[in-house]
Amino acid sequence: MNNSRRHFLKVAGISACALSAGLAGVAQAQAGSYEPNAQGLKAKRWAMVIDTRKFTSAEDYKPLIEACHKAHNVPDVPGNQNIKWMWLDKYDRVFTDDMNAQLPEKFKKGMFPLLCNHCTNPPCVRVCPTQATYKMADGIVAMDYHRCIGCRFCMAGCPYGARSFNFVDPRKHLADPVPNPAYPTRMIGVVEKCTFCAERLAKGQLPACVEASNGAVLFGDLEDPNSVVRKALAENFSIRRKPSLGTQPGVYYLI
Amino acid sequence: MVERLLTGSKRYYMWLAFLCVVILGCLCVYWQQLQQGLGITGMNRDVSWGLYISQFTYFVGVAASAVMLVLPAYFHHYKKFKRMIIFGEFMAISAVIMCALFIVVDLGQPQRMANVLLHPTPNSVMFYDMIVLIGYLCLNALIGWVTLEAERLGVEPPKWIKFFVYLSVIWAFSIHTVTAFLYAGVPGRHYWLTAIMAARFLSSAFCSGPAILLLLVFLLKRLTGFNPGEDAVKTLTKIITYAMCINVFFYCLELFTAFYSNIPGHMEPLVFLFSGHDGHVAWVTYWMWAAVIMAFASLAMLIPPSLRDNMKLLPYALGMLVLASWIDKGLGLLIGGFTPNMYEAVTPYAPTCAEVVVALGVYAIGALVLSLLWKIALDVKKESGHFGD
Amino acid sequence: MYNAKYVIAGIIVFVALFSTPFWAGMLSGSYQRPELVLPQGEKECIEPAAFMRAEHMQLLNEWRDQALRNENRTYVASNGKKWEISLQNTCLKCHNQPAEFCDKCHITNSVYPYCWTCHIEPKGKK
Repeated sequence: MNNSRRHFLKVAGISACALSAGLAGVAQAQAGSYEPNAQGLKAKRWAMVIDTRKFTSAEDYKPLIEACHKAHNVPDVPGNQNIKWMWLDKYDRVFTDDMNAQLPEKFKKGMFPLLCNHCTNPPCVRVCPTQATYKMADGIVAMDYHRCIGCRFCMAGCPYGARSFNFVDPRKHLADPVPNPAYPTRMIGVVEKCTFCAERLAKGQLPACVEASNGAVLFGDLEDPNSVVRKALAENFSIRRKPSLGTQPGVYYLI
Repeated sequence: MVERLLTGSKRYYMWLAFLCVVILGCLCVYWQQLQQGLGITGMNRDVSWGLYISQFTYFVGVAASAVMLVLPAYFHHYKKFKRMIIFGEFMAISAVIMCALFIVVDLGQPQRMANVLLHPTPNSVMFYDMIVLIGYLCLNALIGWVTLEAERLGVEPPKWIKFFVYLSVIWAFSIHTVTAFLYAGVPGRHYWLTAIMAARFLSSAFCSGPAILLLLVFLLKRLTGFNPGEDAVKTLTKIITYAMCINVFFYCLELFTAFYSNIPGHMEPLVFLFSGHDGHVAWVTYWMWAAVIMAFASLAMLIPPSLRDNMKLLPYALGMLVLASWIDKGLGLLIGGFTPNMYEAVTPYAPTCAEVVVALGVYAIGALVLSLLWKIALDVKKESGHFGD
Repeated sequence: MYNAKYVIAGIIVFVALFSTPFWAGMLSGSYQRPELVLPQGEKECIEPAAFMRAEHMQLLNEWRDQALRNENRTYVASNGKKWEISLQNTCLKCHNQPAEFCDKCHITNSVYPYCWTCHIEPKGKK
C-alpha cells in the first residue's frame, strides 16, 4: 500500500475514534443526579394475590378492569387485534394445565382475571432483541415503548398471552381528551402490557386494580414474611398459571 | 463485471422493467402498511406472527441450501458442481436479502431497526440471527465475486478464498440452526418446543433449496441454453431425494412423540393443522393435506432411479417437493405454533390481500437481485466457455 | 482517460447536486433564532437555560432510562432542587404551549421529534 495513503488512513481512523469519544462525552453530560422517589413504595419482589372467592361474577371484576384501562389509557380496539392489560376468561382457558372435567359450577362457568404475571424468569425479556422489555430490581417486568421495534418476539415468547401489539393507532380508539391526561398513550407498532402500576408505586399508591378491588386483590413484597401477600399465601391454598414452565409467575390466585 | 448488466437482450430489459413495476406497485401497499400499521394484515393478538415471518424462515433455508453445492465441490472435490456453484451462491445472496426484507416489513417500528445494534442483547436469538445472516451475505458475496472474477480471467481462484469457502459451509448450517432456535426456545408453544426443530429446518432446506435452484436452472437452460451438466443435475437430485426422505422422516418422528405420549399440548397443533378444531376445519387443513400428498408423490417420483433420471418428469417432482416444503414451513409452522393459542383456544388467521401483496413485493425484489446476479454469471460463463458440455 | 467527456460531465453534475444544501443555505440568508414564548410566571427551568438549550435531548433520554429502568424518578438538579421525572407532568406543566416553544426551534432546525404520538400534548392557553 502507498505510504501516504496508509498514513492518511491512520490519521482518519484516530480522528474518527476521537470524534466518537467526544460525542460519547457530550451524551454523558450530566448536571444533576438521580434518586428514587422518597414517598415511593419499595419491595424486593412485588407480587399479587387475587382472592377469586370474593368475586361472584364477571360483573365484580369490571371495576378493576375499568380502573386499570382508564389509568393507563388502554384503547378499546374492536376485533382480535385488541389491547388487553387486564381481562377475563373461563377457568379452563386461564389454568390450561388443570384438565379436570369434573369441576364445581363456579369453575365451569365462572370468569377469572388475567394480567401480566411479572415472572421471575420472564421469557419475553429473554427473547427481546433490544431490551425494550426488561425486569427491574423489584421484580416488575416493564416496557420502554420508545425502544420497542415491534418485532413481536415477546408475544411469541410469552406463555400467558399477556402482551398486546398496537396493530392500529391506539389514539383512534380512545376518547379525546384521554381518560388519564397524566399518563401517556402508546403509539402504533409497539407492544404493551400491564406494568404492575410502577408509576403509581413510585408515588406511594397501590396498583389501580388493587385499589378498586376493596381488598379482594392483595399486593405486596413476596420476600417480606410479614407482607399481606405472604400472609394470604401462608393461610390459603393458591395456584398460579402454567407453573410447569418454570417462569415463576408473580400473580397468585386463591381458589 | 458490473458493466455486463448494461448489455442484454430486449427480453432481459423487459423482464427487469416488469419486476420494477411489480416492486413499485407493492411498495404502494407497503406505504399503506407504514401509515395504517400492521392492522392491514391478518395477524392478531393471538397469532402475532404470520406470512412475513414464515417467508423469512423459508428463505433462510433457501439461502443455507447453497451449501449442498459448495460442500461436495470443495470438501469432496466433486468437480461437476463447479459450473453450477456460482448460481447457488448468488441465489443465497438474493435469499438473504429477501429474509432481511421480510423482517423489515414485519416490524411495527422499522425506523427503529438500528436499536438491535445500538442495544446489543446477547440473550436474544434475534441478535444472533442478525449476525449470522449479515455474515452469510458477506461470505457469499465475497466468495461468489472472487471465484467468478477468477473464472473470467481464466485463472484458479486465489488460495485465501478456500478459508472463506470452508467457513461458509459451517456458516450455512449456523444460519438455519439459529433460525430454528428462534422457535425452539420459547416455552409454551408446543408445536415449536422440539429439540429436532433445527434438524427439521436443515433437512427441509437441503431438499427445497436445491430443488428451487434446479427448477430455475432448467428455466435458464430453456431461455439461454446454459447447460449445468447432466451428471451434476443427477447428483444434486440424489442429494435432494435423501434430504426429502430425512425431512419426511423427521416430521413422522414429531407425530410419534405427540400421539404415542398422548400429551394434549403436543397433539393439539397437529390435530388442528390436519383436522381442524371442534368440527371446524380451517383453510390451512386443506393446504396441509395437499402438502402431504405432494410430499409423498414427489418421493415416489424421486426414489426409483428410473423415474428420478427422467428429465421430463423431474421438474414436476421438484415442483411438488418445493410446494410441499413451502406449505409445511411457510404456513403450517407458524399457524401450528400459534394455534391453539395460549388459552388453548383457536384464533383464526389468514393473510390479507395487502399482506400477500407486500410479500410478493419482497419476492419481486429477490427476483430482481437474482436476475442481475445471474446475468453477470451467465455472461462470464459464456465468455470463458463454461456454458455447456 | 476513457470517455473523458462523459466522466467529467458526470462529476460536475454530481458535485452540483451534492452541494445544493450549501448553496440553498447560503442563498437563504443568515440563521434567525426563532422568537420563543417562555412560560409565564416562571423565572428558571430545572437547569440553566444554556444547558437546557444544548442538552435537553440528552437529559430527556437520561430521564427516561433512569425513571423507567432504574426506578429513579426524582431528579436532583445542580442547584439541589428536586423534580419529579416526567415529560408530561413536569416539563409540560410550565411549557404548556409546545407550539410556541418546542416547535419554534424544532421546525426552524428541521427536527421533528414525535413526542406527541404517546405523550399528551398540552392544549395550553388559546
